[in-house]
Amino acid sequence: MTLPPRRRLIAAAKAAFPPTIPILAGFIFLGITCGIYAGSLGLPWWVPPLMSICIFAGSAEFVVASMLVAPFNPIQTFITVFVINARHLFYGISMLDRFRGLGRKRAYLIFGMCDETFSINYAAKVPEGIDRGWFMFFVSLFNQLYWICGCTLGAVCGTLLAVHIEGVSFAMTALFVVIFLDQWLKDGVHAGAWTGILASLGTLIVFGPDGFIIPAMVLILIVLTLTRTPVERALTAHDERGGDDA
Amino acid sequence: MTTAQMLATIAIAAAATILTRALPFIAFPAGKQTPPYIQYLGRVLPGAVFGLLVVYCLREVDVFTGMHGLPEALGVLVAGSTYLWKRNMLLSIAISTVLYMLIVNVA
Repeated sequence: MTLPPRRRLIAAAKAAFPPTIPILAGFIFLGITCGIYAGSLGLPWWVPPLMSICIFAGSAEFVVASMLVAPFNPIQTFITVFVINARHLFYGISMLDRFRGLGRKRAYLIFGMCDETFSINYAAKVPEGIDRGWFMFFVSLFNQLYWICGCTLGAVCGTLLAVHIEGVSFAMTALFVVIFLDQWLKDGVHAGAWTGILASLGTLIVFGPDGFIIPAMVLILIVLTLTRTPVERALTAHDERGGDDA
Repeated sequence: MTTAQMLATIAIAAAATILTRALPFIAFPAGKQTPPYIQYLGRVLPGAVFGLLVVYCLREVDVFTGMHGLPEALGVLVAGSTYLWKRNMLLSIAISTVLYMLIVNVA
């Protein structure tokens, strides 16, 4: 892979920064919380930064921190983390085509695909003249840097910092709401969106907040598989009308 | 746990996370034709996933006690309506987050 001229890189980095601003706020605060939490468990200061660099998955890192003060159990760690992060499987399926032909950047894009990075990279309109691969690369990199900074700050300064500002993390909820709406407006066929909302709400009521993700994923797959024939017919009809589907 | 065991646990957690992100790319490599069923899923799953993520973010909201989820409902409504109006993601996120923070800190 030949490195593009520096100017193209800088342009891609500049274009990638604005969409990550909500994540900057959210990840710094959430990262500090994660760092402080690990410290409160009595873990050494280097644990949160190391996790933010090599795991980079918010909710899983909280759980791993609690596992580090329990007896060593590698199999349980693997299964628990895989289940917590199983939703990423759906992100990969959605990104199969978009990560094509991106050379070595692809490996980092796949590694860094947390909820927020996936959402921005899936939804963002890459500005005219900006390299799409480098744009997505910088979105991933910036988001991870925010997370590393937050976790490190929380771990090193710990309770000294004591920045508990209630409600900053609502930025994440708002981000997903806006992206959901944006996707809704782009999609001519809303079968996926309805399935996602209703299956998640239904399984949340039945299984509760700690155990609904996997049942929701299974239900989404079942519903979208059973309705494939009519949904595909609707998608084809939408395409033939010249629908602008992302 | 010893330091070595800690490092091993973190490495295992990292491997499990990478696997969830990379598995589709390993199963359906770029050179080969992706099965039509997976292509179909790739097209309908994003809408479903964003719906799932919204519900996931709001999973701890208790509609029966406290503020009955009103701050969250208001935040979501404001984020959605301002986005429909201005089509500006950052603006909608900023306004709804500030409003939400005001409510939960003042109320």
